[in-house]
Amino acid sequence: MATKLPPVDVVLVGFGWTASILGQELTDAGLQVLALERGSFRDTVPDFATTQIQDELRYAVRNELFEEPERETLTFRNSADQTALPMRHLGSFKPAAGAGGAGVHWNGQNWRFLPTDFMMRSHTEQRYGKRFIPEDMTIQDWGVTYDELEPFYDRFEYLCGISGQAGNLNGAIHDGGNPFEGPRKRAFPLPPLARSYGTVLFDKAAKEAGYKPFPCPAANTSKPYKNIYGVQMGECTYCGFCEWFGCGNYSKSSPQTTIFPVLLEKDNFELRTHMSVTKVLLDSSGKRATGVIYVDPQGREFEQPADLVILTAFAQHNVHLLLLSGIGKPYDPTSGQGVVGRNYAYQITSSVDVFLNEIVNPFMGAGALGQAIDEFNGDNFDHGPQKFVGGGYIALWTTGGRPILQHHLPKDAPKWGSGWKKAMADNYLRTVSIATHGSVMSYRDAYLDLDPTYRDEYGNPLLRLTFDFHDNEHRMSDFLTDKAAGIAKAMKARDIHVKQRKGHYTIVPYQTTHNTGGAIMGTDPRTSVVNSYLQSWDVPNLFVVGSCAFPQNAGYNPTGTVGALAYWAANAIRTQYLKKQGPLVSA
Amino acid sequence: MNARRLRVSAIAAAVAATGLLAAAPALVARESSHGSIERGRYLVYAGDCAACHTDERGQLFAGGRPIPTPFGTIYSTNITPDPETGIGNWTSDDFYRAMHEGVAPGDRRLYPAFPYPWYTKLTRADVDDIRAYLSTLPAVKQANKPSELPWPFSMREVMAGWNALYFKQGTFKPNPQKSAEWNLGAYLVEGAGHCGSCHSPKNFAGAPKRDKAFQGGYGEHWYATSLGGDLHDGLGQWSVDDIVRYLKTGANARAAAFGPMAEVVHDSTQHLDADDLHAIAVYLKDLPPHETGTRSASANNGNNVDHDRLARGRGVYVDDCAGCHMDNGEGIPGVFPPLKGNSVVQAQDPETVVHIVLSGEKTAVTRENPTGLAMPAFDWKLDDQAIADLVTYLRNDWGNHGAPVDRDKVASTRSTIVAARTR
Repeated sequence: MATKLPPVDVVLVGFGWTASILGQELTDAGLQVLALERGSFRDTVPDFATTQIQDELRYAVRNELFEEPERETLTFRNSADQTALPMRHLGSFKPAAGAGGAGVHWNGQNWRFLPTDFMMRSHTEQRYGKRFIPEDMTIQDWGVTYDELEPFYDRFEYLCGISGQAGNLNGAIHDGGNPFEGPRKRAFPLPPLARSYGTVLFDKAAKEAGYKPFPCPAANTSKPYKNIYGVQMGECTYCGFCEWFGCGNYSKSSPQTTIFPVLLEKDNFELRTHMSVTKVLLDSSGKRATGVIYVDPQGREFEQPADLVILTAFAQHNVHLLLLSGIGKPYDPTSGQGVVGRNYAYQITSSVDVFLNEIVNPFMGAGALGQAIDEFNGDNFDHGPQKFVGGGYIALWTTGGRPILQHHLPKDAPKWGSGWKKAMADNYLRTVSIATHGSVMSYRDAYLDLDPTYRDEYGNPLLRLTFDFHDNEHRMSDFLTDKAAGIAKAMKARDIHVKQRKGHYTIVPYQTTHNTGGAIMGTDPRTSVVNSYLQSWDVPNLFVVGSCAFPQNAGYNPTGTVGALAYWAANAIRTQYLKKQGPLVSA
Repeated sequence: MNARRLRVSAIAAAVAATGLLAAAPALVARESSHGSIERGRYLVYAGDCAACHTDERGQLFAGGRPIPTPFGTIYSTNITPDPETGIGNWTSDDFYRAMHEGVAPGDRRLYPAFPYPWYTKLTRADVDDIRAYLSTLPAVKQANKPSELPWPFSMREVMAGWNALYFKQGTFKPNPQKSAEWNLGAYLVEGAGHCGSCHSPKNFAGAPKRDKAFQGGYGEHWYATSLGGDLHDGLGQWSVDDIVRYLKTGANARAAAFGPMAEVVHDSTQHLDADDLHAIAVYLKDLPPHETGTRSASANNGNNVDHDRLARGRGVYVDDCAGCHMDNGEGIPGVFPPLKGNSVVQAQDPETVVHIVLSGEKTAVTRENPTGLAMPAFDWKLDDQAIADLVTYLRNDWGNHGAPVDRDKVASTRSTIVAARTR
């Protein structure tokens, strides 16, 4: 029997980027906010202290900052005719656990999606005709436009102190920035990061090929910064330990470095760590959430009443909780009916390793230190002749030169022994890698539901992921990879190694933690879980925030859009919902 | 989340409860329309009373915070209006006598950990205002804890002798040769602010050495730097505006407050009026340097320090420190403090710089600088010799000057910190 606790105005499930933003904004509105986090509290000091955090074995190999699959995982299969099995080791993606969420260990690659990305179906149909979209491809418009989100992208960028070069200021294209980006109202808060030699070589080769390369927008501070809440950040030292690590120098934007100092100080905010939420409670009508059930580390159950419940966990955890709570109609791939779990999507990546004669010092890096081209992203090019939907950016990132996982060897290099050592000595300082970062569309047969067999430590069914790459994605990725190889050759490489993404999706090698969908936003309750303000169609005092709202995935890293959506939802709650509680959009 | 934060939100709550959210008046504006209670509240900030009279996670002004002294631990007392356990039954004269003479009702002599040697300088009117404000606080029933002092210090009568030797009772007397602003600053620094209780050297009896006032001293395992005009280890290179900015925001281009001073800025000085902070700065800038403090900033570049030690120290610096404090020792302005020209680094006694390397610290959290940037501890990583080499290097590069630090000094500081941690 759960112990019933005193009520709060708002309960946040999970305490990463989206919860920190909503917590900060809703406490500013005077609400009493409680965040429940399954992991532990972490802060820059002592947890990510510089000279201690740069431990590749501990963090990158042994996954210290992530969820533990022995406690919480999902099952996976490629298609509905297979039996899903539990993911027992983190592989293809690595959800975080602990305060700050994935905002702690990300690289800081912070993009805006293209205006056309938000109108994926209508724009594609308009430009290429309805028949251009394969029948089983279930892409749809977001129900929010780029122009509506622009002020909230801006707010997230000024929260983080993004380093970058504007390419489109109020419609005017500026040299040196991304000419394809949507119009931004003002420049980035900070100038771009200092270039690595690898990005200089990429920039030159891309320009020679007729492209317009630009510095990637980075949540690594190029200069000291004081953000919209008065929180200070230092200046990136290019130590090369961003992804999989917390930042010890206050120079990678994270909830810790941008929001915690002001939020945790507030009397109307509370954080409880090591608390796993297992269910959202509904009243007898099923149309109102009354709070959540959570379990503490000793297995004791608590009922936390709240007027407003906001799911701010990782994408698939939000979906899992909706399914466990019986909120919204679960998606049925056979009939195509139902919404919860529908339109799961991912991303498709590939790379081209470039072996040079020159020394490029890869260890001097930052998570989002890169130079990219956007000619083949979204609908920045004519898809007609290519016969696929979607795209991605091509970038040379200098994220670091860590010894265990960040070295590249030519195809013919020995795999062990003195030959391997010699190849490593010859190549370590002389290798760069060009990455492609491709979109994945949503399909009728890619979805999330509850597993019929496997259960978690609380006895609840695990989430089941059914997903595979489709031909559309392989063709798109091969197209991008081919363009990347072209740039690689123009870099006067002595050798290149083209690594296409082939065959079925596999959950074993790491690819990206950009999982999306399952609780998507939209304008029609028959095809979406939440309305365009991320409010549940079925339970109006429940909001679901995160990349689970993406109707399909774009060719960019998702955090910028996740942050913008969090501010967008917070604004809707503050300016509309608090005045008149109830549905913000009539179904 | 931490105790300090809890305490401050408690202050905010208490202030809100008494409806006293109006801007604090300047001390110069004595005859202004602000009432006694409001002025009393302001003086309670200026005197940083909450810092000692509130325990970690305890109720505001209910006392119980352990105050370590070289003679043993004593506990701060309950100064809420509770008649039984607080000061609710005290008369105004009782309260003034405690503040002015260090004697509580029943002729009970107070220990000078309660800074009556400074508070004696406050005017009767100001003390009455403080009393008026304290009377508006919610009464908290919390009995005082007996102090843990060994005999003979456990006998309060001993303090009569101490007072006879070291205590000079008397209200502040303005110096007619100085400006009104200087005198206001002097009144704040030597009275309510009681800055000298940490920043002055003390004799064997724990009494400040009057002839060396503000030349630096010990307080709770830290060495508080000189406030005199010393170029290396005092405020000689600071401008009046530097001092004001430091006290208001917790940091300036030269330094960031940490340790006990971070609490002082957080609990006290950030709440002070700009005119008062300016007066404090004017007064401090007029303090003379100690005898060797006028040395020019470029007189020494570590010529008397073993070259190999400096090289070893620099190696540690590049590996562990330069990421934030930068290769040139200049830090990142407004974020990470410079070590070049830093008076803490060059202090006569290196206790504080050794302490901070060992245990790390968090900078002051203020309204203007809410971040609380922190330096990590290096005690787990650097041994005594490495820290001694490092600190010796810090004190002798970039134009800095400071005597070399030996391994034993680091070992002794390390053991003090460990003892304090496990207490």
